[in-house]
Amino acid sequence: MKILALDTSTMMASCAVMDENKVLGEYSLNQEATHSEKLVPMIKEILDSLNLKVKDIDVYGVALGPGSFTGLRIGVSTVKTMAHLFDKPVVGVSTLEALAYNLPFNEIVVPMIDARRERVYTGIYTWKNGKLNTLMKPDVLNIRDLLEILKSYENVVVNGDGVKLHEDLIKDALQHKVQISTMGNGYCRATSIGEITYIKYKLGETMNYYTLVPEYLRESQAQRDLKEKE
Amino acid sequence: MLTLAIETSCDETSVAVLRDGREVLSNIISSQIEIHRKFGGVVPEVASRKHIESINQIVQESLDAANVKFDDIDLIGVTQGPGLVGALLIGISTAKAIAYGLELPIVGVNHIEGHVCANYIEHKGLEPPFTGLIVAGCHTYLVQVKGYTEYEIIGRTRDDAAGEAFDKVARALGLPYPGGPVIDKLSQKGDKEAIAFPRVMLEPKSYDFSFSGLKTAVLNYLNQAKQKGDEIIIEDVAASFQQAVLDVLVEKSFRLAKESKMDKIVLAGGVAANQGLRNMMEQRGLEEGIKIFYPSKILCTDNAAMIGSAAYYNYRAGKVDDLYLNVVPNLGFN
Ligand SMILES: [Zn+2]
Repeated sequence: MKILALDTSTMMASCAVMDENKVLGEYSLNQEATHSEKLVPMIKEILDSLNLKVKDIDVYGVALGPGSFTGLRIGVSTVKTMAHLFDKPVVGVSTLEALAYNLPFNEIVVPMIDARRERVYTGIYTWKNGKLNTLMKPDVLNIRDLLEILKSYENVVVNGDGVKLHEDLIKDALQHKVQISTMGNGYCRATSIGEITYIKYKLGETMNYYTLVPEYLRESQAQRDLKEKE
Repeated sequence: MLTLAIETSCDETSVAVLRDGREVLSNIISSQIEIHRKFGGVVPEVASRKHIESINQIVQESLDAANVKFDDIDLIGVTQGPGLVGALLIGISTAKAIAYGLELPIVGVNHIEGHVCANYIEHKGLEPPFTGLIVAGCHTYLVQVKGYTEYEIIGRTRDDAAGEAFDKVARALGLPYPGGPVIDKLSQKGDKEAIAFPRVMLEPKSYDFSFSGLKTAVLNYLNQAKQKGDEIIIEDVAASFQQAVLDVLVEKSFRLAKESKMDKIVLAGGVAANQGLRNMMEQRGLEEGIKIFYPSKILCTDNAAMIGSAAYYNYRAGKVDDLYLNVVPNLGFN
């Protein structure tokens, strides 16, 4: 059973092809604003290398967010449409959960995705008996507010593109209690999306390609302004 | 040859299926106008979110309405620009996924060219060359259409587009968004000679347009009337403003057509749905012996059928894009 997984939530565009629990290939590019141009060619490159075609894919997995609104929409549109073409199931995966999947250790795992203006999309996770548990649901927080919350934990591991941006603040606030992920596990990786996709697929947690949309976590500025007025 | 076309440049999600460049098998248009009305205009982020919610349903509806399947499609056409970047991205991501998945050729289309091509759908016998007046929300162009994919731009707006002036004046009059159709309607009840607004013709030989002076004149008139406590007759303001826009559009179009000995003038774009413009053009056309063409109202608005027509003619002319095709939000015309 072939899975095609994508993550375009951040500057890192990543796609992977897996066969159930085996990674067949992963291709990631960390470039500014090129997802729209390069995502489909990236998918073609990886499928061509594996002698596969779109119609050979059985299940699609995609990062639903949080992350860059535009980036998410490029990935989600692409996956929705490929699934639509051959009527295949899609699994939507939280980008934060997928980041936490890069770090399957016993510490408190805190992925951070840049949400601009000193804020990060984040959640607090921990592993128990090989399963990821959510201690704090995904939210958008000021980095300082998040660090206040994290001070109550002993062993914290952090990853995501928000870490590099706020590295000094994080180290200052948490000192010896924090470990920063290695580079390879620090970014969104499609293989993590694919792994979660397979688990959710087996649990029957698939979604319809017609109705699948990103999980932005935030309303648009205009919508928020309108609410304030009302 | 069957073309599947996608248009998402602004606040309409549209997908069409065409046989060759002129026969529309389906043209599904899902408008977001109601959603944007409460914001007083199109909000880009809201538009992008709406596009991704509905695009695949619209694709399927369009296939069903045309009574075809993905497998029957031979060519993919998609709006590349100009338009809102986030909105365009939904169309282009979808189109590229289809083109790659089905191994079909893909053609990125200039939205403005699409508006011209709406006329090929409407008028089966229409062929270039002709003089084209393209008046849409953010563009006003006077062009010589020399062939199906050959355009020479003769005039363009130097500031506000005609459609933009309509929207801004409508807003100042407290009319709902979008302003064009409302002003057109009110104009029919007003006196178009009530207020002398300027007709900005620019240099004697110029085919360019400028509507920001006219817009300012209307705003000044409204402010002064308010200060003096004069009664503002909205119908008269609308009619006088609209006439000032139309006088310039009509005058320059006919001057160009006559100068270049064209016997056809083709209207395109949202403002081509304006009844006042249509009437005035046809009246003048009868006097001058020039035939006037314009699309039906539904084909004047943003729709995918016109994109499909443009994609077909471009493909026939040898234009094919690769999977690196990207949006160009401020794509120019030629
Ligand atoms: Zn348009």
